[in-house]
Amino acid sequence: MSEYRYKMPDVGEGIVEAEIVEWHVKEGDTVTEDQHVLDVMTDKATVEIPCAVNGTVTKLVGAPGDVIAVGTEIMFIATSGAAPVEEEAPAEAPKEEPKPAAKKPVEPEVSAEAPSVAARPTGERPLASPAVRKRALDAAIDLGVVPGTGPAGRITHDDLDDFIKSGGRLAARSGGGSAIRSARTAVTEEKVIGLRRRISDNMSRAQRTIPDIAYVEEIDVTALEELRAHLNAHRSEDQPKLTFIPFLVLALTKALPDTPQANAHFDGEAMVLTKYEAVHCGIAAATPNGLMVPVIKHAESLDIWQIASELSRLGQAAKDGKASKDELSGSTITITSLGAIGGLVTTPILNAPETAIIGVNKMQTLPRFDADGQVVPRKLMNLSSCFDHRIVDGYDAAMLIQRVKSLLENPATLFM
Amino acid sequence: MQTRSCQVLIVGGGPGGYPAAIRAGQLGLDTIIVDKHGLGGTCLNRGCIPSKAMIHAATEYEHMSAAAKGDRFGISLSEEPKLDMGKLIGWKDGIVSKLTGGVAQLIKAAGAEHIAGWANFKNAKTCIVTTDAGEEIEITAENVVLATGSVEVELPFMPFGDNVIGSTQALELTEKPEKLVVVGAGYIGLELGIAYRKLGTEVTFIEALDRILPLYDKEITRPITMWLKKHKVDVNLSCKAKGVTQGKDGKSVLEYEDAKGATQTIEADKILVAVGRKACLDGWGLENMGLDLDGKFIKVDAQCRTGMRGVYAIGDVVGEPLLAHKATAQGEMVAEIIAGHRRVHDPVAIAAVCFTEPEVVGVGLTPDEAKAKGEEVITGKFPLAASGRYLSMDAGTDGGFVRVTARKDDHVILGIHAVGTHVSELSGEFALAVEMGARLEDIAGTIHVHPTLTEGFAESALTALGHPIHITAPKAG
Repeated sequence: MSEYRYKMPDVGEGIVEAEIVEWHVKEGDTVTEDQHVLDVMTDKATVEIPCAVNGTVTKLVGAPGDVIAVGTEIMFIATSGAAPVEEEAPAEAPKEEPKPAAKKPVEPEVSAEAPSVAARPTGERPLASPAVRKRALDAAIDLGVVPGTGPAGRITHDDLDDFIKSGGRLAARSGGGSAIRSARTAVTEEKVIGLRRRISDNMSRAQRTIPDIAYVEEIDVTALEELRAHLNAHRSEDQPKLTFIPFLVLALTKALPDTPQANAHFDGEAMVLTKYEAVHCGIAAATPNGLMVPVIKHAESLDIWQIASELSRLGQAAKDGKASKDELSGSTITITSLGAIGGLVTTPILNAPETAIIGVNKMQTLPRFDADGQVVPRKLMNLSSCFDHRIVDGYDAAMLIQRVKSLLENPATLFM
Repeated sequence: MQTRSCQVLIVGGGPGGYPAAIRAGQLGLDTIIVDKHGLGGTCLNRGCIPSKAMIHAATEYEHMSAAAKGDRFGISLSEEPKLDMGKLIGWKDGIVSKLTGGVAQLIKAAGAEHIAGWANFKNAKTCIVTTDAGEEIEITAENVVLATGSVEVELPFMPFGDNVIGSTQALELTEKPEKLVVVGAGYIGLELGIAYRKLGTEVTFIEALDRILPLYDKEITRPITMWLKKHKVDVNLSCKAKGVTQGKDGKSVLEYEDAKGATQTIEADKILVAVGRKACLDGWGLENMGLDLDGKFIKVDAQCRTGMRGVYAIGDVVGEPLLAHKATAQGEMVAEIIAGHRRVHDPVAIAAVCFTEPEVVGVGLTPDEAKAKGEEVITGKFPLAASGRYLSMDAGTDGGFVRVTARKDDHVILGIHAVGTHVSELSGEFALAVEMGARLEDIAGTIHVHPTLTEGFAESALTALGHPIHITAPKAG
């Protein structure tokens, strides 16, 4: 028997520390070479760490949430053969005979306890019995929006009652009263780790350090929508369906050269503004793990179809958790779109160190006056943008958005 | 020509059409159901029910034969049992006519009208029915429900006739074939082939794919493969039937290409072709209705609506899974939708059963299917040989088991599969568990009756949770 000491590996360029997200083994487990034993988080990507040897885990160092320096010994494995030399196995290691796994006292089976309410990815079929599903159908309620309080997030009859009673809003259930209904007293404390902690840190820093200016403008997308519908109707099979976003990306690639300070990174401590000719457009995406921002690289070199393909590929990769670190970094400007859900205005927080972020709001058909004073239906959409006011003046912000508006309202100019 | 009109016209009286008629009648809708080949459809007349009767009889015969060959837990017979195929078929036909007669009464009692005849559509809402008496009736309906079902697939180079038979004729043979070749080792071919083997027929399978029951994983089909081997049933995989020629003494010879591409021949009394079923789309005027198709099925949405307002299609004619209980669920639903209820066909899963030896039942996802969907799963497999009830049925050596597949993070059950003697009767609890969104803890926490096979389900859930009682706990990790 010998001992192998597994060190926090160097998981990427320039990474000096990584956060433990989840151990997939526990002390006493038998591990095999290449077995996925650990998830760590660096920057924005979660990395799966494989084991290097066959053996039995004798000790784990670090719990989920701990940030550990690269090179720290984090897992001790008793191996049957000699420890591999290349990993600087200490010569004195075999002295201490590791305890055989079998002698470990049987621990209460924590793993058998599944979480009582687990958040499931959006779009997944809600968990509910046939009777609950039938009632929801009768009441024309989409169960996907009803919060479930049952095991594994199952939607119960009570959940549905609450939802209906509150007119579609989640009601706080009050305690007491009938024998069937009872007070709920559970309080859940959750350690914020991994991607969520990363999001929290970034948001706080941006909001604390950047004085921003918001600017909202209404865009008439009637002509653009006609063009989009036409392109979608006549696209070839290998071309993706076009949404609004690719057109906005295209408009930004045309407009940003006139306002280069809005396609830039600003380091407020060093007082250095780095302006980019390339437009690397980050697209905020909701994923099962939280907010991620995959990046369309060199959008200025892509045509509308290429932008759309890249957008859909990256969106899927982010949702599946398969986006690479490279695909999740390097943006020079960010787009955030909640328009499909609704909403008139947003004040997005800057994706620091970027100096501009553009929010897409919902499109709606509204009455407007035409040139002859007649009321006509127009398709309108708000663009909500925020800028780093230390770098981008209100005048420049307005000019950029007006240029984008002009391009989107006269879609032919997008392609000139 | 007589002309009629009604609120609901149902074409096809199988397990989709007749429940639709009963439910529509119950709901007070003016309903006519047209059927030519006998109420109950394929299921009651030449499918599920008669084959189960045959399988039951064959199993009894097998047990008696075993007792005649030697002492079977203290029971023995002094001579071989005698088989009168004519009487067996007659007994089976008795069950069928009792059930189909019952269906006719239920339809009548619900207030719907049955017309025995063949419908031919002129347009989406009007058809001419030629009754069995030769009379023609034009029926115009506000709502039409197409429940025309499916038919056996015939191989073009060896059509049914003479010694080449389909599953329908296989349930009507009044003489036991000495040698039977079954082309196709899906569930129909296996059920019938195994039944004939139990009756003493020498059975050979010719299957084009490299495995039997391709819809199930190999772990599930292994006990069946074991049974076939033990009972000297020759299973030829990756073999393609090529054609049939005349043999000696009224027998036929099947020519097939074996796995290596060499041509082989095999002589048999009967050649059963069981290569699948296809939607019945021909001969009733579908081409005049202007409906959209989805491949070789009628295209419908989750409410079984076709592209034409007021025209619905249900059951086998709308596609997989081709299962009677799916058709029934859709039939009831469509009747309620026509009556103005809000309904949708949204099962989490539909259980399927194969009455092979041993039986197979599956609901939801197999571990491989779940993984392919990106789920991280845990499974629990409980060998039924560890069940007292199973041993008391003399089934302990057939390799049967219950396997549950659950999501790793929240323990919601995604699929349940079992193979073993009488496991088909577990299908209800399996389906309920998946449909209700049960977690492993729900099954483990439900007290299951001793001594029954259902304990095997609870034990499989406990196995997945890491602490079964009646087998040694699997190693953690």
